[in-house]
Amino acid sequence: MNDVAALRNKAAVIGVGTTRYGSFPETDDYGLGAEAFRNAVEDCGIDKNEIDGLLVCRIPYYGRMGEILGLDPRWTMPLPPHGRMSGMGIVEATIALATGRANYVALIYANIGRSRRVNYGGEGTSFWDPWGMTSPGASHALMFRRHMALYGTTTRQLAEVPVAFRYHAGLNPTAVMRKPITIEDHEAARPIVEPLRLLDYCLINDGAVCLIMTTADRARDFKKPPVFVSGVGGQEAYSNASIGNFDIDFWYEPTRRAGEEAYAMAGVGHADVDALMCYDNFSPTVLFALEGLGFCGPGESGGFVEGGALRIGGRLPMNTDGGHLSNSYMQGWALNVEAVRQLRHECGPRQVKDAEVVQFVEATPCCRSIVYTRG
Amino acid sequence: MDDQPYRKPLPAMDPLTRPFWDHARAGRLAVQACTHCGDVHVPPTPVCPKCLSDEQEWRVASGRGTLMSWVVFHRAYWDGFADELPYAVCLVKLDEGPLLASNFASGMTGELAVGAPVEAVFERATDDVVLPKFRLA
Repeated sequence: MNDVAALRNKAAVIGVGTTRYGSFPETDDYGLGAEAFRNAVEDCGIDKNEIDGLLVCRIPYYGRMGEILGLDPRWTMPLPPHGRMSGMGIVEATIALATGRANYVALIYANIGRSRRVNYGGEGTSFWDPWGMTSPGASHALMFRRHMALYGTTTRQLAEVPVAFRYHAGLNPTAVMRKPITIEDHEAARPIVEPLRLLDYCLINDGAVCLIMTTADRARDFKKPPVFVSGVGGQEAYSNASIGNFDIDFWYEPTRRAGEEAYAMAGVGHADVDALMCYDNFSPTVLFALEGLGFCGPGESGGFVEGGALRIGGRLPMNTDGGHLSNSYMQGWALNVEAVRQLRHECGPRQVKDAEVVQFVEATPCCRSIVYTRG
Repeated sequence: MDDQPYRKPLPAMDPLTRPFWDHARAGRLAVQACTHCGDVHVPPTPVCPKCLSDEQEWRVASGRGTLMSWVVFHRAYWDGFADELPYAVCLVKLDEGPLLASNFASGMTGELAVGAPVEAVFERATDDVVLPKFRLA
């Protein structure tokens, strides 16, 4: 199997589990991870001892996670606590399943960053520290300033992103931030690193997510209909890695490649995508992802998102759970769970009607896109 | 009187980066260049990213570049920047190619614009550290 396209529909998500989202100083990464795992096991009804693959992200020690869950898998993959590992992890789990390294993989992500007061910036390890250049938000601010200058994009257009996602969070009972906001609220919010404002920054909260995946031939034996991984694509962009979370060309080329690979494998195109789940640590990356994927041309995303286009019922519903900006900072993992729930049609008031194809994308130094379809 | 302790982050000054800072202290903006394939880069790398050669040297750059973007910090991620809020960070593409994050020269005036030509200036931080910064050219 030398052609990645052979992965089409070879693996499926059969169970998903999430925890509460908020501040939980009484527990830790492992406690949250175990709660999400138990919820995912319950969701699909699997005997947890059947699980022979374990992928963990932002969990301090994979072995301790296995000990806690009573798992001695055949396959393990630990991923670092970076906010771009979810797509990578799901693709690698798909490959492990397709090649027989595991029959059932549990993917567990936990984040205790709120209780532990994690700061994103000022770590003191960068060549650029002496000039005060730090934080992923500042990198996105640098990119957005450039986007404004090159294409005339405005902060009011940028505001459409957090406003739409907050609207979705209002329809999601588990979301952390549910109070509606307006474009004017965005414009009046305090600046953090200009041109970005508070409402362009994602949340930092505790919580955990688990997905359970298996092979296509095993996927129909469980409580819920399977959701298939129909297309995957990826491309990294490391050439400016010393400026973290930054790409001078807005990750266009790697996002384009990841998207085209995923569409070709799945046999779908833009018009087939019923909802798009986009890694949204900061609102500008949503604009960059839309352009990179080709939902609009370079520089056209500001116009594309106007008028509530990203809301359910709009031109392209995005981040229907509220995303990182308003639901929960689960670094892409919860967005993949939302893709599954949308395709199971179990999203209640935030359900995208008749959803058949949902795409995930992360425009980051590790661009990934995944096309999910209903089994 | 400026014998206040310097509280902002200082460069790591490891063997790889020390030449950059030695040049800066002498008022020169230097870039690492591969003598094998000619690739020019900052921050420095232990091997050339293009051809993996060990044969690299430091070259004094023109100090001229293009303003690619800039931002204004309203949050101090280090206490040492708290007294300067809000402060700006600029992104400059040197004529030689590398992208640098830096600051605007103290007291600089003029209309900022993406694409504007800029030139390096050198501002003392401590007795040992001089920071290359940029002003509109």
